Amino acid sequence: MRILVCVKRVPAPGAKINVTTDGQAVETAHLGFTTSPHEECAVEEAVQITERMGGEVTVLTVGPAEAEEQLRYAASVGCHNLVLVPTDGLALDPQRTAAIITETVGGLEADGGGFDLILFGNESADSGGFQVGVRVAHALGRPIVNGIKGIDVEDDHIVARRAVDAGFEVYELPRPAVLGVKEGINLPRYPTMKGRLASKKAEMVSQPIDAENGGQVMVRLHRPAETVKETVMLGDSEEAAPAIVDLLEEIGVLQ
Amino acid sequence: MTLLVILEHDRGDLAEASREAMTAGRSLAEQMGDDLHAVLIGEGADHLTDEAAELGAQTVHVVTHDILTDYGPDAWAESVRQLADEIDAAAVLAVGTDRGNEVMAQLAARTDLPFVANCVSVDASDDEGWSMTRLQWGGSLLEDSTIEAERKLVSIGHHAVVASDALAPGAGTVEEFEPELDGSHAVTIIKDRAVLSQGVTLSTAPVVVSGGRGVGSADGFGILEELADLLSGRVGCSRAVTNNGWRPHADQVGQTGTRIAPEIYIATGISGAIQHWVGAMASKRILAINTDPEANMVAKADYAVIGDLHKIVPAVTAEIKRRKGST
Repeated sequence: MRILVCVKRVPAPGAKINVTTDGQAVETAHLGFTTSPHEECAVEEAVQITERMGGEVTVLTVGPAEAEEQLRYAASVGCHNLVLVPTDGLALDPQRTAAIITETVGGLEADGGGFDLILFGNESADSGGFQVGVRVAHALGRPIVNGIKGIDVEDDHIVARRAVDAGFEVYELPRPAVLGVKEGINLPRYPTMKGRLASKKAEMVSQPIDAENGGQVMVRLHRPAETVKETVMLGDSEEAAPAIVDLLEEIGVLQ
Repeated sequence: MTLLVILEHDRGDLAEASREAMTAGRSLAEQMGDDLHAVLIGEGADHLTDEAAELGAQTVHVVTHDILTDYGPDAWAESVRQLADEIDAAAVLAVGTDRGNEVMAQLAARTDLPFVANCVSVDASDDEGWSMTRLQWGGSLLEDSTIEAERKLVSIGHHAVVASDALAPGAGTVEEFEPELDGSHAVTIIKDRAVLSQGVTLSTAPVVVSGGRGVGSADGFGILEELADLLSGRVGCSRAVTNNGWRPHADQVGQTGTRIAPEIYIATGISGAIQHWVGAMASKRILAINTDPEANMVAKADYAVIGDLHKIVPAVTAEIKRRKGST
């Protein structure tokens, strides 16, 4: 099995998210960075599949040079090959990002052979365009289904389960295929000390590739207007229980 | 020119979210000065044409083909692509559900046009370029964007507009359309389904009792389950809890979990990071129980109790039992 996972470096905000004064980006001066959550699970899924079936996992990111941190993290939990497409300072819209990834995949497959499976996160935690994976799959002429929370790899096809409100929809895709994965498909492991050490030595390929802009232009980011709420304090101990139950009765959820 | 709205249905059941798409579609069509068309795709949808007309559709396109037996992103998007060409649609709109965004992304990929997902407002007064505000970070941040494209593709964020009835129904002229599809479009059609739970789910529960890191352990959720059962509600949790393996991911409320909209959300031991908040913010009322008066969840809640959830939650359960026993 040759699996490719595409990941994105995103800030890890806490209780509030601030925007730079020019409105062009999230203020990250005091923030750490992480792998977008759905993609963290895509990495874990790929590693689990190759642990079961053999093969190797390549992780690709399109982003700033610092995204090396997310690639090394992926290596520390078991990924084999790391590829960075540095795009420092470029304003990437979804079409441009997809075109860059498509071209990069073409190069990787020409050099190392085709990928049996390509995994994306369902959507990125930050810009959340809901389309890059679909555009790449279409450009590569491969089927894709999003929202996947279960994958079974069979000899000539892949069974993928999409979570819906009360259960799953089951899809069956021919190989090679592309899937958009959602958090919850697995519980990502933490890196071991051995994994961390190995990840520092893992070879990372950096190859600048660019593409034309698409048709969407981001003008500015801003925070939604906050409705200031007066919180009604019902107490500071279990003595508040009657007041809480009064409230539940009042709004009709206690029959 | 026309605005084409994709109506989402599951084997003939119209998705509630499609009413939001038509509500947004009516105001957008008015801005554009264009006709509002709706499209229903595949088996079982033909009985929904009256409802589409009531929601304001002047024309309802019913798409049928042998392979359109169930939902499939390729088959649906290819059908919409051909129909949009046929009627020369100026724009195509869906609501930003999993399926809505997936079909729009497929449509965008097929036409190499920009697609703007999860808009909260759209200014379509200029034919050439539209400007819009869309959701980032699951709704914690807004992005103003513009697009220039011969056909505009947008989705409206789910819950971003309140669904309403049309002031006057549309003519609802039914037009049948049979696209040219082949086996390649059928590979992503649903093969099977598995039902895991019946009855009230986290996203539809009238009461959600949730726990965060403050619960302390998997066992600690026992008191939350007891309270949720008494209120015919469901137990939820924060991402920290699922990351610790205390609860299954299906219980997670948040940007990467489930978005809830209960009558009351009882959030215990949850600090309220933005990833959690965007999943909970549609709750009608929020009661926070937390030892930290400075917690974000407390600041954003309608009601709060500052204290130890391990004492307060059992006391609430006991009080409910006492009152039930006395009536």
